[in-house]
Amino acid sequence: MFLLWCGCVGLLTAQAAAATRKLSFIPLWSPQAQFAGYYVALEKGFYRGQGIEVEILDGGPERPADVWLEKGKADIGTLWLSEAIKKRAQGVRLVNVAQILQRSALMLVAKKSSGIRTVADFDGKTVALWESFQLQPLALFKKYNLRVKVITQAHSINLFLRGGADAASAMFYNEYHTIINAGLNPEELTTFFFYDYGLNFPEDGLYMLEKNYNRDPAAAAAFVKATLDGWTYAFKHKNEAIEIVLRRMREAGIPANRMHQKWMLEKMQGLISPKGLATRVGELQRADYERVASELAKSGGWKSVDYGSFYRAVRSSD
Amino acid sequence: MIEFRKSIAFRLARIFSVSVILIFFMIFGLYYRFTRRMIEKSTAENAKNLTLGTVMRIEGILRSVQQVPENMAGVLERGPVEKKQLLALIKSAVEKNPELYGCGVSFAPYSFDRKSLYFAPYYYRNKDSLSFAWLGGENYRYFVSDWFQIPKELGKPQWSEPYFDTGGGNILMASYSVPFYRKINGRQTFAGVICADMSLQWLREMVSSIKILDTGYAFLLSRNGNFVMHPDAKLIMNETIFGVAEGLGDKKLREIGRDMIRGKRAFVRIQQLDAGRPGFLYYTPVTSAGWSLAVLFPWDELMADIAHLNQLVLLLGTVGMLLLFGVVVSEARAITGPLTGMADATAEIASGNLDFTMPETLSQDEVGMLSRAFSSMQQSLKSHIARLTETTAAKERIESELNIAREIQLSILPKIFPPFAGMPELDLFAVLKSAREVGGDLYDFFAMDDDHFCFVIGDVSGKGVPASLFMAVTKTLFKATAVKDTPPEVVLGKVNGELSKGNEKAMFVTAFLAILNTKTGVIEFSNGGHNLPVVIRKGGSVEYLRQTGGMVVGAMEGVEFERGTMTLAPGDRFFLYTDGVTEAMDENKVLFSDERLLRELKLLEGLPVKDVLNRLLAMLVAYSKGDQSDDITMMLLEYQGPKSARINPAASRG
Repeated sequence: MFLLWCGCVGLLTAQAAAATRKLSFIPLWSPQAQFAGYYVALEKGFYRGQGIEVEILDGGPERPADVWLEKGKADIGTLWLSEAIKKRAQGVRLVNVAQILQRSALMLVAKKSSGIRTVADFDGKTVALWESFQLQPLALFKKYNLRVKVITQAHSINLFLRGGADAASAMFYNEYHTIINAGLNPEELTTFFFYDYGLNFPEDGLYMLEKNYNRDPAAAAAFVKATLDGWTYAFKHKNEAIEIVLRRMREAGIPANRMHQKWMLEKMQGLISPKGLATRVGELQRADYERVASELAKSGGWKSVDYGSFYRAVRSSD
Repeated sequence: MIEFRKSIAFRLARIFSVSVILIFFMIFGLYYRFTRRMIEKSTAENAKNLTLGTVMRIEGILRSVQQVPENMAGVLERGPVEKKQLLALIKSAVEKNPELYGCGVSFAPYSFDRKSLYFAPYYYRNKDSLSFAWLGGENYRYFVSDWFQIPKELGKPQWSEPYFDTGGGNILMASYSVPFYRKINGRQTFAGVICADMSLQWLREMVSSIKILDTGYAFLLSRNGNFVMHPDAKLIMNETIFGVAEGLGDKKLREIGRDMIRGKRAFVRIQQLDAGRPGFLYYTPVTSAGWSLAVLFPWDELMADIAHLNQLVLLLGTVGMLLLFGVVVSEARAITGPLTGMADATAEIASGNLDFTMPETLSQDEVGMLSRAFSSMQQSLKSHIARLTETTAAKERIESELNIAREIQLSILPKIFPPFAGMPELDLFAVLKSAREVGGDLYDFFAMDDDHFCFVIGDVSGKGVPASLFMAVTKTLFKATAVKDTPPEVVLGKVNGELSKGNEKAMFVTAFLAILNTKTGVIEFSNGGHNLPVVIRKGGSVEYLRQTGGMVVGAMEGVEFERGTMTLAPGDRFFLYTDGVTEAMDENKVLFSDERLLRELKLLEGLPVKDVLNRLLAMLVAYSKGDQSDDITMMLLEYQGPKSARINPAASRG
């Protein structure tokens, strides 16, 4: 009886200590396997194991992560590297605490029937591009000196499927699979990964406001450590991870498609820890940062801070 | 008892059963295939009919909705329309067309007038009344919406992918968008899109009303392969047929899906679509919207009747097989039962029980025949054995009589050697071994007076009882005739006369008769066709007596015989024998021969007379290996000199 009482007290004090380090996290889209690592880390208690109490908010079009971070509605969030650099240039003092994706998943998909087989074939063709993510494709077209008719691509891929555009942008882990699952076979498509054309703009990274980071760097480090553990676990236990993601999606009232989430999780693995990765998982490589910064400077005159003040290589003490 | 598995009954039953099973399965397989094909055919037909009506009704409704924005486009393309007019036009269109949920005209940027980036009036149903809204704004840039952008880019009207209207109570909707154009500076310029929204609630009822068997159903695919209608609500607008195919790892299903969204029509077999059950899928396009309507027939339900029938047929077949097996076994047993009885009876008979009764068989078949043949064989055997027993008994009686005759025959021959204790001048020994029980050979010796000793050997023609009787007569005649002072040729002549009298059977005897003068050693002899005796001189030659033989005795009356004379010195021996000796045969039919006899006699010279004959007899028996063909008779006489001058033979020889 006495021992039991002691145990209870011990537990309570540990929780009390953790309660002081509460973090809210916002992913840049609604729940899906793109964020499996976070959901798994939460579900498996990795965050709590690191001594932090994390709440994962549902992202989505109505809750843009950059705005939530800026307004302090979330402590930490995922943003694309290029978007974060732009934000920083606009004066929002965001710092990168981890670069989750090492490779850009952005791609262009064309139907072979449109006659597009190489980059040069884009000349004179209609290409649907997402408004916010035109930097890489435009740089590509410029690099190859192509005249391309760009039309705006909304959230769906239907314009491309119906033949309204010869090519469209897609994320390898998402829209590409949607195209395949609308009945187009991979061999009927030509794909262009920007990574292969010297335009690797790695996307999802973890960002915090600098002041928030400075207040408790250890909490950030704990979050990064637990998150990376969450990804490792998710890749090792894919079925379990997908179950966790699907549950989260149902809770958020989002249509959940198991095969699509499975595809997404598998592709995330290749993007987070690609074969032959030179650095540690989660590291923002200087070359990547500088490449994106210089393209941004070239295309829109965006001014960027130096690598050191943008990236805080956080490492938990263990 | 035969093991059942080896019995004819079992083997017959097995061969019948196997053949019948083979035939049964062949017929069953064929029948099953044909029935299946018939069912498939009728199912395809059924599916076509089922879907045809539904597709036509869907197309009808879709076309009636399509007409509204198309007509409106016609009006707008004729020239500029006032805002008020436009609103009235839209409103009346929604009011007049109950299928419409809402309708709007969305202009391209600055296309309605030069001030408005967004200009998009929209009327829609709100419970029982109509509501109005202006679409467009910073949060709703409709220019990039599918319903606006796709017809614009394609330059032709389009049905959108069905979608859930989140604002209006989560209803599945689809929109028909028609682009319209205006002439600006003589050029046809895109001006905007007229969009008619339609709830797809009616579609749900229409598709779900298609009921197929117990669990078969219809489903509708959108142009992208999304399930627009499906009994499983989770799939609707959340899953494509390609996603399902990926989940099942079914490449064929993916190909079917591709054909479906390409507007093809076919009747195909699928391994599974849901619940992992195979079935038939018939799909047909809903052309105006680019959809595909499919009906799924679960294979097991389609084949339920035939499966039931199959079970019944198999059951009947099995029962029939068992019955057939039983019938064949029992019928075969009815046939082979008597055979088993006969086998037992035969074994019993073979063991000697001839009185064993054969089992009765009334059947007229081959087994009945066999049984009757067995019975008659048993009877024949029985009578044959009875006869055989009688014959054997008679033979045994005769044999015993013959034995007696033989004893009598042998008893009339002198058997005391040396013959006369009071006659030291000679030593003599004789043997007679009959080939058959009673022989025709004879020998005799007797003293005629004090100085004369008569000895005779003979061989009667033929064998057996007649020969032995003839021999007895002959012997008696010789004894009676050879009286004192009768020379040997006279004795032979007299005996010949007696024997040939009334000798109808023409039997005869060869005989050699000699009379020894014991004082002088002179032998007078006469030969009646007999083998020539051998003279064994003491310490010297061994040779046949040189004398030509006369006629046989008893064959012909009045025959004259010759007399021969020779002299024996003391120690000389005189050897008489019948042809059973020289004509003894070994297994290769080789005769013992005269020469061999001489040789052997020479070798045996000096042994006592009894030993000489016993040794010769043993030799002959060994030569013919016990298979004696003729009587063997031998007599050996040794003259030992006159009584007075008698010397010790052993001393004289030394």
